[in-house]
Amino acid sequence: MLWSAANHGPSDMSALALAWRRLSENAWFKTAIRPPAYLSLAFLTLGGFAAGVIFWGGFNTALEATNTEKFCTSCHEMQANVFEELKGTIHFTNRSGVRATCPDCHVPHQWTNKIARKMQASNEVWGHLFGSIDTREKFLNLRRHMAEREWARLKANDSLECRNCHSSQSMDLSKQNPRAAAAHEKSLFTGDKTCIDCHKGIAHRLPNMSGVPGWQ
Amino acid sequence: MRGLLPAALLGLLLFVRAPLAQQTADAPRLTGPTPFTKETPAPPMQRQVTDDVRRRRNYPDQPPLIPHAIEGYATDLNANKCLSCHTRKFTEQSQAPMISVTHFQDREGNTLGGVSPRRYVCLACHVTQTAAAPLVPNTFTDMDALVGREPRAK
Repeated sequence: MLWSAANHGPSDMSALALAWRRLSENAWFKTAIRPPAYLSLAFLTLGGFAAGVIFWGGFNTALEATNTEKFCTSCHEMQANVFEELKGTIHFTNRSGVRATCPDCHVPHQWTNKIARKMQASNEVWGHLFGSIDTREKFLNLRRHMAEREWARLKANDSLECRNCHSSQSMDLSKQNPRAAAAHEKSLFTGDKTCIDCHKGIAHRLPNMSGVPGWQ
Repeated sequence: MRGLLPAALLGLLLFVRAPLAQQTADAPRLTGPTPFTKETPAPPMQRQVTDDVRRRRNYPDQPPLIPHAIEGYATDLNANKCLSCHTRKFTEQSQAPMISVTHFQDREGNTLGGVSPRRYVCLACHVTQTAAAPLVPNTFTDMDALVGREPRAK
């Protein structure tokens, strides 16, 4: 019964077919699907290549521009809180002058993961616009929450951002003091623990650590 | 500049002859440089002793010294990095000496379940050492040495 009801005339064509007909009557669409009459194949291929360079290059440039410490600290929230705290630590000031910037630790280097993290970070833009942490008090209230997210992220990727620079293969235990060497031998090289398990709060100050494993 | 410095030192020597005689050249003077507007370069920072070898206490009540690096260790309301190794429940995995039982007592001597708040700020008593030469000579004598020097009574 339903079958016959749906099939008894041209006025009852499905919504998809109707949409297609409307689209194919559109002048812009007609031009878009018609083979080019005036432009040469060389123009279209080379032009397409050039346009690709411009658009993809532009996208990448914009992506990299948001991946700098200058961009991160252009927001008051980052500048006044976490960046100030970073300044005193070994990842900012040290004897050889090599240093880590914000994205070195907080944005994955690999492309897919980087894009995934960037999409998550759009949530932080929202936070900025609505002032989620625009005072020191608000920041401190949310610090444990934000820290836990970073710990979980680093735990899940086996401290990938640490290991981008600190390779366990290149780690010379004989150059470390005995205490550090013993700890790395016991926990790091056995795969028992990952960097963030022990090295929390090395670049920023810590939230209230009550209940965090390994902390009093 | 190089010519001025000995002259300034000589002047200084004549002016404060008596106290200076007991001090080394580096000893801090309460009066500051002369003239007081002169800026003096800070002495270089000394390296910390970080060899993990426990130091003998000079007297029984001396808080033990810290023989390792503590740079960046948090000791505040939120976190205490020292206790991550030295508190009772973590000493097995860290093999670090446990904070002494006195740290579990309040000022009346009542035993508490955890670290007493007045003992929480480790660096108030326990400090690292550097290889710096003392600014003023130290005449401290170990009690054992003092006792050993005394003639024995018959």
